[in-house]
Amino acid sequence: MLKIEGLCAEVEGKPILKGIDLELPAGEIHAIMGPNGAGKSTLSYLLAGREGYEVTGGSVTFHGQDLLAMEPEERAAAGLFLAFQYPVELPGVGNANFLRTALNAIRRSKGEAELDAMQFLKLARTRMKALSMPEDMLKRGVNVGFSGGEKKRNEVLQMALLNPSLAILDETDSGLDIDALRIVADGVNAMRGPGFSSLVITHYQRLLDYIVPDRVHVLMDGRIVQSGGPELAKQLEATGYTAVQAA
Amino acid sequence: MVQTAVQTGAAGFLHRYEGLRARLPGQGLPWLAALRERGIAAFRAQGLPTRRVEAWKYTDLAPVAQAAFEEPLTAVDGALALPRAAAPKRVVFVDGRYRADLSDAGAPVRSLAAHLPAAEGLLGSVARIDDVPLAALNTALFEDGALIDLGPGEDGGVVEILSVTLAERPVAVHPRHLVRLAEGAKLVLIERAWGHGGSRALHSPVWEFSVGAGAHVTHARLQQEAAASLHLATTFARVAAGGTYDSFLLHAGAKLARSEAHVVLAGPRAAAHLNGAQLLADGQHGDCTTFLDHAAPDCPSRQTVKTVLSGKSRGVFQGKIHVHQVAQRTDGYQMNQALLLSDQAEIDSKPQLEIYADDVKCSHGATVGALDETQLFYLRARGIPEAAARAMLIEAFLQEAVEAVADETARAALAEAVAGWWEKVA
Repeated sequence: MLKIEGLCAEVEGKPILKGIDLELPAGEIHAIMGPNGAGKSTLSYLLAGREGYEVTGGSVTFHGQDLLAMEPEERAAAGLFLAFQYPVELPGVGNANFLRTALNAIRRSKGEAELDAMQFLKLARTRMKALSMPEDMLKRGVNVGFSGGEKKRNEVLQMALLNPSLAILDETDSGLDIDALRIVADGVNAMRGPGFSSLVITHYQRLLDYIVPDRVHVLMDGRIVQSGGPELAKQLEATGYTAVQAA
Repeated sequence: MVQTAVQTGAAGFLHRYEGLRARLPGQGLPWLAALRERGIAAFRAQGLPTRRVEAWKYTDLAPVAQAAFEEPLTAVDGALALPRAAAPKRVVFVDGRYRADLSDAGAPVRSLAAHLPAAEGLLGSVARIDDVPLAALNTALFEDGALIDLGPGEDGGVVEILSVTLAERPVAVHPRHLVRLAEGAKLVLIERAWGHGGSRALHSPVWEFSVGAGAHVTHARLQQEAAASLHLATTFARVAAGGTYDSFLLHAGAKLARSEAHVVLAGPRAAAHLNGAQLLADGQHGDCTTFLDHAAPDCPSRQTVKTVLSGKSRGVFQGKIHVHQVAQRTDGYQMNQALLLSDQAEIDSKPQLEIYADDVKCSHGATVGALDETQLFYLRARGIPEAAARAMLIEAFLQEAVEAVADETARAALAEAVAGWWEKVA
């Protein structure tokens, strides 16, 4: 499904990713853990197609396609979704309009019929109820005046609506209290299935109590230094990243 | 009579006046003939404004000065493709002349040319003929226009005035529009300047608004002229106690467009909204210039003007607010923002506050920026193609200015003009 081979990347001439190898099969959830500055956010932005990162080596294959050659919107249409660590505020863009435009863009690219305003509202309301989101969040500007938890829930709502085959969750747990964390995790777990894979990027083990990964990878200084089962996350929590570095 | 030297670019217009004088409507009315003479004398003395004049520093009228304009035809072929009406009642002017056959019945709008005696005392009462050359020229040359005269408490409803310029030939039209609202009267006016044809035609309307005590007028101007046209509009408004002049300007068409507004808040609690948006594509020049006089106490004024520039375009915003010494407790707000979509676009922004009262709340601000790359990426990461994502952010930028229009019909007409602009120019 997703295959990363020898991926090297620089930001403003500074090497950040130094040869990442990772294979994510369909239906699996993998966690990428690592300390600050390890390259976690660079990896997620790079996969989603943000500008400002120079790939200096390696390749990324997504559903058999060269992911790095695709525009951000093409990656989204192909089934990739990035839940942002810092969801972006869009003053003047209504949330409902944004969600429907995005959903219809994805549907169009899949050759599916677009949803009209009524069909969309019905679908959005169902999904929002599951995420305990108040309905007035549809009327407000995208993420404008949202609390940290509301922004993250809005990310999960977008994921639920766009129904991706690969969701990259970039520090989705940051800034969430325990109730919000559970709601977000439920949202991700509800999507689990043979057609859904996820890369859960996190600093802390906490989120992985709720979204139990199939594999855990430790990213340090631009490389994956260790991989294992879910127990690796627990071990890291107990010993810290410095112990891995020393090993 | 003292002979004054002819100023730049004025010769063609002066010549035209000499040729037309005897045939201009209302020459039998001594007060009007005198007014026209006063207009042409003021224009002869000043000529077309040049960039040496402070208020015209950023807009060059050379294309007007150098043009050889032609007379509009007296009769125009009836088969005209008009845009969809924006309001339930529409009145149509073609090349500055009222067209009963194209207009809806029942609108409170009359042809000025056909009712000139009724304009005595109103025509020239608000416009500054002596020191605004384009108003002077219009006073001398106007042939027709709209006359709206609402009595006390009268509600004129929602009316569209569509001015069509047939730019198949380089015509010059100078319509004069007069609007008077007596005490407590109401009116929503959607003015659309629209044209077709590829020549350098000039449409230079002058509006005079006399807004009575407690009266309320909305004036939404949608400038959607043909691409090669020149648009030079001047609006004068005088607002009595408790009255409101609520205006919005959209510059979307024309090669060169300048809309100048002179608004005087003449009585206590008179209010003015001078909002606007300019959408400028490659090769266009748009200038929004306003002069606002707070001449009475307790008057609020609001102004939000947004300019979007792409390609090699140039935008101008000049906003002068003059708070007279008597205008205590003035509450003024002015904001102008520009969004530059290209490295070759240029915006010149000149806010100017002159305050002579001491108990005043006046704030103003200006920003210039590009589209936010992070916002653009966020939209694209959700599958929205780049052009559509840019369009969404441009509309979001304009949203604040469009939302300031309280009347739903006027706001919808504006929103329609703004929607999809980027996808059309990109």
